[in-house]
Amino acid sequence: MNYQDGKDIFIFIEQRENHIQEVSLELIGEAKKIAKTRAFEMKVVGIVIGYDTDQLVQEVVEHGVDKVIVIDQSHFAAYDTLNYTDALEQIINTYHPEILLVGGTVIGRDLAPRLSARVHTGLTADATHLAFDETDKHSSLLYVTRPAFGGNLMATILCSEHKPQMSTIRPGVFDKPERETANEASVIAFNEHFTNDASVEILERVEKHIDMVAIEDANVIVSAGRGVKHCLPLIKSLAHKMGGEVGASRALIDEGFVKKPHQVGQTGKNVKPATYIACGISGAIQHTAGMEKSETIIAINTDEHAPIFNVADLGIVADAKAVLSELNARLKQL
Amino acid sequence: MNTIVLVKQVPDTTEMNIDKETGTLIRKGVPTIINPDDLAGVEAALTLKETYGGSVTAISMGPSQTEGMLEELYARGVDECFLVSDRAYAGSDTWATSNILSTAIKSLEYDLVIAGRQAIDGDTAQVGPQIAEFLGIPQVSYVEAIDKIDDDKIFLTKAYETYSQKLSCHLPCLITTLSEMNEPRYMHAKHIFNIDKKSVKHISNEDLKLDETEVGLKGSPTKVHKTAVKSVQKKTIKLKLSPEEAAQKIIDTIQGKEGARQ
Repeated sequence: MNYQDGKDIFIFIEQRENHIQEVSLELIGEAKKIAKTRAFEMKVVGIVIGYDTDQLVQEVVEHGVDKVIVIDQSHFAAYDTLNYTDALEQIINTYHPEILLVGGTVIGRDLAPRLSARVHTGLTADATHLAFDETDKHSSLLYVTRPAFGGNLMATILCSEHKPQMSTIRPGVFDKPERETANEASVIAFNEHFTNDASVEILERVEKHIDMVAIEDANVIVSAGRGVKHCLPLIKSLAHKMGGEVGASRALIDEGFVKKPHQVGQTGKNVKPATYIACGISGAIQHTAGMEKSETIIAINTDEHAPIFNVADLGIVADAKAVLSELNARLKQL
Repeated sequence: MNTIVLVKQVPDTTEMNIDKETGTLIRKGVPTIINPDDLAGVEAALTLKETYGGSVTAISMGPSQTEGMLEELYARGVDECFLVSDRAYAGSDTWATSNILSTAIKSLEYDLVIAGRQAIDGDTAQVGPQIAEFLGIPQVSYVEAIDKIDDDKIFLTKAYETYSQKLSCHLPCLITTLSEMNEPRYMHAKHIFNIDKKSVKHISNEDLKLDETEVGLKGSPTKVHKTAVKSVQKKTIKLKLSPEEAAQKIIDTIQGKEGARQ
């Protein structure tokens, strides 16, 4: 699609059972940040689609948007690909967003490509960095950076001739803005008539009985790589003593030493704990992509040229097993 | 049950290295594999054929070397393979790729289209849903199990981040499959002997007749501005220490930080 008048950043606010997904709020914060770098007024607009959405709209307003566009109809209560695509298509045709950001969740990555094909625009997948042209403050061309080739490469993608410039954004990359009850925004009800497509019928939700750990929320992560795969009890014990969680590189997940929910990195989770201790992890981009934002990174590795040392605050060239034993012993004494 | 399965040949990204001098990926000598999520799609399609009858057709877009991969699919039991290949298609982004592949699919008969969830080189997960839109059929992505087919409906289990969902979808539709959903079968001697009799069918832009403004680099809404090997330079204190010294240093670092916070 192509139009001239778009200049605002729209964010699809993803809700499930009337709970807003964190990534949507993270996007509000980042959109506001980049909008401020422009020499013209660029509004941040939240799109809320659902049923009985008053609370959601309020939450979006309090996280700092300038405007909210709301579709509140019963058949939008739960996500449906075709119905949500129709809704967003009409919003795009009506309001001409310059940019449309969607959280890179299972739902976001189902919806955004379908919509981009529908409105004929470019879509960048699973981005981790957004920026405008620093030299031209009147430009609204978005530089979207994303990992590719299993995290081996960072690619910056542009969509200069089609609108909206669309991107899905990886969850956990940007900071969620503070919630301020004093924030105000205009709220627009977009209650057009939408047909209800019933091709897909949701039958039931099935809980997964997997080891549910939320390493994203941990204050301390002690993380294991190939170099320590035979001393995981030491890792677990240290993590426990420090009140933290166990993380792991992809190698240990692939080899079955540690379960998937513990995986840090490109194909695992993004974490930013206060302290991240990387033990026997070489530090491929695949891994560092998911932990480099940690406050303090301590790396222990026998190979002094291991790339993990490039992202560490403190690098210790030593046998991780010996250091872990020593740490475990000393922490017992504390 | 006629199924079309989309397959991509990809470099094995776990084998990939970076040229530290130039900061680019060394692709030379990196083995190519069938994209894992796509291979799960092939397996799912073959299983459907065994259960419900019908045929399995594989389609790939790529350079002529892709033919070898498609021959391998014959050996796995796929009935017909098409390679969509044209110089004009080089540089296509996901929109252009989906445009090309959906045009090729439109000339075939199908009840179900299966695409892998995402390819390990691009990791976009976009081509499946975009093709579904171009074909005007419903889609279900992130499928972890095909439960059954009943009349004109397919029953599926879809994976979410922390839970799953059982759902049904009217046929024809498109689904995207996760590599975890099954164990791909081996090539079978019976089929390997058949490869000679079956050749990969080629589709080019002479067949599809797409305008050059809607394929390849020119027809791609997104453009790669630049690529870079990620460099993170931090001021690292790197020390060679004995285990005792190291443990003390780590404790000091953590406690020092806590001290600074208070």
